[in-house]
Amino acid sequence: MGFLIGRVAAVGITAAVLLYTVPPLIRTQSWTMLGILAAVTAAVSYLYLTKRHVPAKYLVPGTIFLLTFQVIPVLYTFTVAFTNYGDGHRGSKQEAVGAIERESLVEIPGAPDYALTVAARGGEVVFLLVDRETKAVQVGTAEGLSPVDDAEVSLTGKVLGAPGYEILPAGERDGEVQALAVPTARGAIKSSGLSRAIEFHANRKYDPACDCISDSGTGQRWTADDEVGYFVAADGTNLIQGWKVNVGLANFTRVVSDPTISGHFLGVLIWNFAFALGSVALSFALGMVCALALHHPRMRGTRIYRVLLILPYAMPSFAMLLVWRDMFNTDFGLINRMLGTDIDWMGSPTGARLSLLLVNLWLGFPYMFLVTTGALQAIPRELTEASSIDGASAWQGFRRVTLPLLLVALSPLLIASFAYNFNNFNAVRFITNGGPYPVDNNLVGKTDLLITYTYRLAFEGGSGQFGFASAISVFIFAIVATISAIAFRRTRAQEEVYS
Amino acid sequence: MRSIVAVAALGLLLGAAACGGDTTPQTQPSKDKGSGKLEIWADPKRTAALKPFAEQFGKENGVQVEVKEIAENLQQTFVTASQQGSGPDVVVGAHDWIGNLVQNSAIDPVNLTAAQKSGFEASALKAVTFNGQVYGAPYAMENLALIRNTELVPTAPASIEDLVKAGQDLKAAGKVSEILCLQVGAQGDAYHIYPFFASAGGSLFGSTSSGDPDPKNVTVGSADSVKAFTKLKELGEQGSGALKTSIAAENSIASFAGKKCAFLVSGPWATKDIKAGGVKYDISAVPGFAGGKKATPFLGVQAFFVASKAKSKALAQEFVANYVTNKDVAKALYDAEPRPPALTAAIAVVKTSDPDLEKFLAAGKDGFPMPAIPEMAAIWGPFGQAEVAVVKGEDPSTAAAAAQTAILATLKK
Repeated sequence: MGFLIGRVAAVGITAAVLLYTVPPLIRTQSWTMLGILAAVTAAVSYLYLTKRHVPAKYLVPGTIFLLTFQVIPVLYTFTVAFTNYGDGHRGSKQEAVGAIERESLVEIPGAPDYALTVAARGGEVVFLLVDRETKAVQVGTAEGLSPVDDAEVSLTGKVLGAPGYEILPAGERDGEVQALAVPTARGAIKSSGLSRAIEFHANRKYDPACDCISDSGTGQRWTADDEVGYFVAADGTNLIQGWKVNVGLANFTRVVSDPTISGHFLGVLIWNFAFALGSVALSFALGMVCALALHHPRMRGTRIYRVLLILPYAMPSFAMLLVWRDMFNTDFGLINRMLGTDIDWMGSPTGARLSLLLVNLWLGFPYMFLVTTGALQAIPRELTEASSIDGASAWQGFRRVTLPLLLVALSPLLIASFAYNFNNFNAVRFITNGGPYPVDNNLVGKTDLLITYTYRLAFEGGSGQFGFASAISVFIFAIVATISAIAFRRTRAQEEVYS
Repeated sequence: MRSIVAVAALGLLLGAAACGGDTTPQTQPSKDKGSGKLEIWADPKRTAALKPFAEQFGKENGVQVEVKEIAENLQQTFVTASQQGSGPDVVVGAHDWIGNLVQNSAIDPVNLTAAQKSGFEASALKAVTFNGQVYGAPYAMENLALIRNTELVPTAPASIEDLVKAGQDLKAAGKVSEILCLQVGAQGDAYHIYPFFASAGGSLFGSTSSGDPDPKNVTVGSADSVKAFTKLKELGEQGSGALKTSIAAENSIASFAGKKCAFLVSGPWATKDIKAGGVKYDISAVPGFAGGKKATPFLGVQAFFVASKAKSKALAQEFVANYVTNKDVAKALYDAEPRPPALTAAIAVVKTSDPDLEKFLAAGKDGFPMPAIPEMAAIWGPFGQAEVAVVKGEDPSTAAAAAQTAILATLKK
């Protein structure tokens, strides 16, 4: 029965996903994706409708989620790292050309002011144009202007009706209205909104023959450079509208060769390690001491203590980080007021670093307390009792029996905690934002982690450079993955000793 | 590569379906048929004010209008969504976004007639003009001014020196705890310090032949700017103590409203809290240094933009060019948040009921439109850190040189 429900649920969810995603995929003509979707759906349906392949039934959902939420984002980051994707280079070349041409449209001085009515003639979208001065009514099509007889015109210049024309309601066939340019001797008449039309002249045009933009007014010319994704003039200046291109390894080499990045890398990395290790060690130590104290058989009122200790963990950390930042304020902060001091906590490197560690300890220890409490329940009391009967002191019992057993259980969590704190963007960003900065160096602060430092480089220094940010993410990923792999290997060795 | 992207997209689809959210991938703008629907994105403050007018526009034109509230990072959200084809038709934002939006081909010029253009305050129109094109319909302006507690200081100080003197006297008399509330914060604040910096002769960019800021010529480290930083140092923590890093965005207005300082440098957004605090106040232009240049504040302009990838672009142009340039809309937006309107006619309507408005406008008379070039984004961080360094008493020439280096390093790319 349970098996049946599981099968119905799995096939049902798959069908729902299919129904949900097929219409937009067809509309956007994403045939490759549609194919993949169909194949996956077919495979999943087959799997849950047959009685064979039992292990796969359990493994497939997890595998799909692993692919969706872990593997694909990592691969996507890798692919973005090889492009210049970012502000100024988000779209395609075609979009950039369109924007440049639209920007160069200038209203022809002295041209008539046309009141516009959008109409259809035999299925084709046309402009009914009323010259506001002469009241002459004309029809504008892709071929040009021609006069219209017998049109009924309102006081504001709107055409209310004309034989052979169907007046279109606002918003109807918007794409065609936008695209229609009525050619004239001097340029073209285009719609400006729905009630006005203006005679324009485009100063800049894209010429596919030379792959360049030329300005008919000044004669200047910008040639497309597909290495950088800009139209570049002979003097090296470029038009501001760019497009996305592949840049190969340029983002990676920039990380290594740019002195503003590689020059500070080591210093930041050392503090980054200190911060991550310090945060984990301190919060684990405090959390464990609290857990051990409450684990003692003679301890009374453990429930209320536990609730109190978990409180910091229950509060939203974003808000708490901002509250802590304000508590450290020199003149208005709670800490200086309570102590009656006038210390600029965030002003000195050591002060800022210790403050950060303190805040992170406060935020982190309840979690360590929780997991240690759980792990302690699993260690039989007989073991410590046996060691005390054998004459071990309390400290020796803890050091030789409890702590090793705790570490076997908690090592994976400590490694995860380290990886999290290694990239603990929020704490640094909200409390110090990397500061204090040395007076002669504005690029890297004394409390910057790799992640906050690179965030500033990639997103605040000018514009969002997603390609570059992805390249740095790949480096950070490599560092954290290496450390985690080493740590897990060591943990496994330890487990073999104690189990 | 291609298959990876396809698989990634599939993953996202699965994710979207799993979450059951409304993150449906939007369709591309269809080529032949408009949807008869206008979508406007705005920040929370403006959404409520816009709704009635958007609905009226919808009724008049027989289309459906939706105003969507984007709570955070409107600019980034707009650029990203626009790129994917799921963006709005119209977006409401600050004029200094224009450079970034244009380089991403995200917005189109707005076609205003000469008559419509003449209806705007000249500085507001100048602010939304980029590469020679008007890129947005301005509706509100804002700039910094000096707000003072009239119970403590009846007359406006003529210079920064007078201001500091008055503040010091009040502090000595125990009436206030701070000389001046001008937010600096631990990261610095280029926007709020700019009037002082400009008055002392400092500048951010040189100017091009057409008078626009020249991104090729960063002048934060120039000799004149070093002099200006030296002046700021004299006002800093090692000097008169008027500028302090402990005064930050989160406490400056509150301190003034709580009568902890007699002077506040802030904008029209501060008056609500000050009124709530029951402080009697008056508004005047930010004073300059005695014998220095004018203390020009940055001028910010709020505007409506037409998205390049709008699904109903003709409708969007109609809304922006011919509908919101109407003084009733400007008045309603003013009622939602008291920033001076950009339409001269709307100013006339509003100023009868709000005496503050004219004072803010007068304070911004010499305002310098905040540069809309994308390079401006590289200025804020390093400039702010140089400001913090000198306020703490560090050497101005070292700080200015470091800021110049950092700005050039990020602009070089």
